[in-house]
Amino acid sequence: MRVLVAVKRVVDYAVKVRVRPDKTAVELQNVKMSMNPFCENAMEEAVRLKEAKLATEIVAVSVGPKQAQETLRTALAMGADRGVHIVTDMRADQELQPLAVAKLLRTVVDEVKPDLVLMGKQAIDGDNCQTGPMLAGLLGWPQATFAAKLEVADSKKEVTVERETDTGTQKLQMGLPAVVTADLRLNAPRYATLPNIMKAKKKPIATRDAAAAGVDLAPRNKVTNVTDPPPRAAGAVVESVDDLVAKLKADGLV
Amino acid sequence: ASTLVVAEHNNKALSPGTLSAVTAAGKIGGEVHLLVLGSGSAPVAEAASKVAGVAKVLHGDHPAYAHFLAENTSRGVRASAEAHKYTHVMAISSMAGKNFIGRLGAEMDLAPVTDVIKVVDESTFERPMYAGNAIATVTASDPLKLLTVRPTAFDKAPATGGSAAVEAAPLPAEPETGLSKFVSESVSSSARPDLGAARVVVSGGRGMKNGENFAMLEALADKLGGAVGASRAAVDAGYVPNELQVGQTGKVVAPELYIAVGISGAIQHLSGMKDSKCIVAINKDKEAPIFTVADYGLVADLFTAVPELTKKL
Repeated sequence: MRVLVAVKRVVDYAVKVRVRPDKTAVELQNVKMSMNPFCENAMEEAVRLKEAKLATEIVAVSVGPKQAQETLRTALAMGADRGVHIVTDMRADQELQPLAVAKLLRTVVDEVKPDLVLMGKQAIDGDNCQTGPMLAGLLGWPQATFAAKLEVADSKKEVTVERETDTGTQKLQMGLPAVVTADLRLNAPRYATLPNIMKAKKKPIATRDAAAAGVDLAPRNKVTNVTDPPPRAAGAVVESVDDLVAKLKADGLV
Repeated sequence: ASTLVVAEHNNKALSPGTLSAVTAAGKIGGEVHLLVLGSGSAPVAEAASKVAGVAKVLHGDHPAYAHFLAENTSRGVRASAEAHKYTHVMAISSMAGKNFIGRLGAEMDLAPVTDVIKVVDESTFERPMYAGNAIATVTASDPLKLLTVRPTAFDKAPATGGSAAVEAAPLPAEPETGLSKFVSESVSSSARPDLGAARVVVSGGRGMKNGENFAMLEALADKLGGAVGASRAAVDAGYVPNELQVGQTGKVVAPELYIAVGISGAIQHLSGMKDSKCIVAINKDKEAPIFTVADYGLVADLFTAVPELTKKL
């Protein structure tokens, strides 16, 4: 069974982003970038499938600027066997949009022919939460979003996925190939060890030019303005529980 | 313009988020129709017809829609969207809405705008990015606009007062795609109000130390008739299940009163609750970022402050 894992390079989750003074976008210069946290969950799950001898090969793919290669190296250090880099200079948080990314990923699926595509449930830059279901829709494959548990049948023809819902969890069964997007309870991603980081440097990464993929990359939804959210006025410190109760009562909240 | 709102429900009752979506759809201008796809869902269609501001209800009842599987829902919504030539199709920014809107977009070659918090005009919308740390204004160019809206950003339309006609939704020739199969579900049974709709939310973070200590928050929530939530840190640590998670990657809530207990206030948590009307923070670390957004901050040991608060309310 071959598994394709899509990973995205995003502003590190711990960074407080700043809007650029010209209000066109957030500042990406000199900002720490990392693999999107949910892509780490997807990558980890693929490695576990390989360790369980269910997957035979893991291919990691990333769409992004030349630095996205670092994200692919991280994926290779976690356990991917090879990488595919779709190179583009378009900003992946607002200019290169989910539909275009899904279409680019479809070209990689056509080439790699995976039995299972794993990806994060959403990227924490654009917060669109669309690319996984879009890829499934383009391919006409079954989908399981927000996966909390993944079991591959011994036949390797079917998966059972427990997925998070608004009110609890739902268990689905679907034939392969399928697209599964990872939620945070799926697993605890490993850190790449130094020997594995060294080994990853020797693993192959194929590069493709996004513009040559035969996909319309133009954004359908034009971002015309990016601003800071309205600030919230700092409140008061209360000295005691009695004080707090009095304040809440005065406001008519309790 | 004419907007089709895809109702969210459990085959028995409409979700409160649907009422907020009706309000959002009204801001686009033109008629607002509600699409109810379900199985044994007649009570939902009935309730939908009474929602103020809804001009028509399309009701599609079929076993394929019993569990809101993305593949079937996407195909079913498409049939109605195409038959009636809507200019907008709107779903709710919930896990259920996000599950199918991207798929529908790909199947129709349309690019959805998700998490809309403001309708500027019929093709211009505001949406948060980066966990709400930036607000983007987006102009959509597709002929049919697919949207998901954040319920907390729009008031609920009155659930009664309307009298829309209910007609049969055009169903696809084969409603069941057969792509994925429902096996089972586990719905958390709680007598407390739904997290997304509660007037009061009491949330705990890593400071709670373990899952058992959440009983303290439940007691406080029950006293206030509220719901219990949690930070991602508390979910990650296994204290509580994921459906309680408030934040960028969990639920976005905006109750009248939000009480954050033992929560430091990571960016990703703040984005899920900072639109609450009144925020109370209880934390023993006076430097915790949660205090920068709190209307009332109490620097105290939560293990004594919370029981005391529960007793004195």
